[in-house]
Amino acid sequence: MELEEARDGSRLALSRALTLVENGAAFSTEEEGIILGITGAPGVGKSCLVDQLAKAYTERGEKVAILAVDPSSPVSGGALLGDRLRMDSADLEELVYMRSVATRGEAGAVPSVVIGMTNVLKECGWKRILIETVGSGQSEFRIAAIADTILLVEAPGRGDVIQAEKAGIIELVDVVAVNKSDLTGAESTAADISNALSAGSKEIPVALVSAHSGAGVSELIELMEKAGGNEISRTRWRERMYSEWMRLLTQHPDFENTLDSLESGGIDLSQAIEKMR
Amino acid sequence: MQTPLRIVIAKPGLDGHDRGAKVVARCLRDAGHEVIYTGLRRTPEQIVRTVIDEDADILGLSSLSGAHGHLFPRTCELLSAAEMGHVVVFGGGIIPDADRDALYSAGMKAIFGPGTTSQEINDFISTIMERMSLDEKVGCGDGNDWKWGD
Repeated sequence: MELEEARDGSRLALSRALTLVENGAAFSTEEEGIILGITGAPGVGKSCLVDQLAKAYTERGEKVAILAVDPSSPVSGGALLGDRLRMDSADLEELVYMRSVATRGEAGAVPSVVIGMTNVLKECGWKRILIETVGSGQSEFRIAAIADTILLVEAPGRGDVIQAEKAGIIELVDVVAVNKSDLTGAESTAADISNALSAGSKEIPVALVSAHSGAGVSELIELMEKAGGNEISRTRWRERMYSEWMRLLTQHPDFENTLDSLESGGIDLSQAIEKMR
Repeated sequence: MQTPLRIVIAKPGLDGHDRGAKVVARCLRDAGHEVIYTGLRRTPEQIVRTVIDEDADILGLSSLSGAHGHLFPRTCELLSAAEMGHVVVFGGGIIPDADRDALYSAGMKAIFGPGTTSQEINDFISTIMERMSLDEKVGCGDGNDWKWGD
């Protein structure tokens, strides 16, 4: 069985076990781990920052597993998974395991199978897990269902201070990193975000980093460690429910047939929902 | 839902021309596969590592520098050594006809040159899928003589 070998340290067996779970097998574990979720809009530098974080952890001798999510095409179902090309550490470093994950027909920035995949990783001794979400906007909280700590990556030049006042993911994060700190405007972006957050009840630190040079990365790690764990809150359970519900729906044996019937006009939406119950 | 194939598209060696690789990646994406693109200037060792971590079924190598005669067979050899001989390997780029037999002998299943249509690449992948579903061994380390175009 794959899992035995994967537990003994076989990378290949681990990959195959992850594929099984990605394709729908359920998997749970008693093993503990630390899951860091990295989220933020497209192009703010999540992948490069994940690479820098992985390098920093491996320099301390820690093993790091990365699950990087990119979107599947809503039309063809295919995906172009390109996070890897920004992650030099992923290709040779023995202490890093990096896997690209497609959303496969699920809405949201993290597909539900990722929970099972993190369980496999924990079971096989990969205790520190970084999950990079798809580039996401303001109202995408699925990462809260999975991560112990959430890092929101921002970048200068993405809007005025009112953006940080809006409700959304920013209320759930533990730390904000303003990336591209070498660019003009990075400091004022960080100050604006700090100001907006200071009115809230939870203290959320804002760090300036450069994923390009690595500046500020060790300070960021310290902040995340101090921020500690995200308690299993109501929000988290709600996102877990949504996530599981979605998995049950998209993996329902009649899901694709029902879509076919809807497309051809054979049934209407309420009949389709009835069929899925 | 049918499980998508996972295909790594890689650029071994030092040339920086990846338009071809990106077009192929895009064409495979549009055919419904999950394509992992490695980016430029990867070593055969890095590519094999990517194929393992991503649990890919198929690997496409692109080279326009003339180093294919070393890099492609080396990648196949390392895959077999890493128990990944079941992975189907194809290549593309500027590969003179005279060099192709050596690449096929190294275990590659197709070589696509300039002017190849996306349709042909998709036909190749469909043929591979069919052969895999019949349990035929068509990986780079399986010693099967069949190649695209036979």
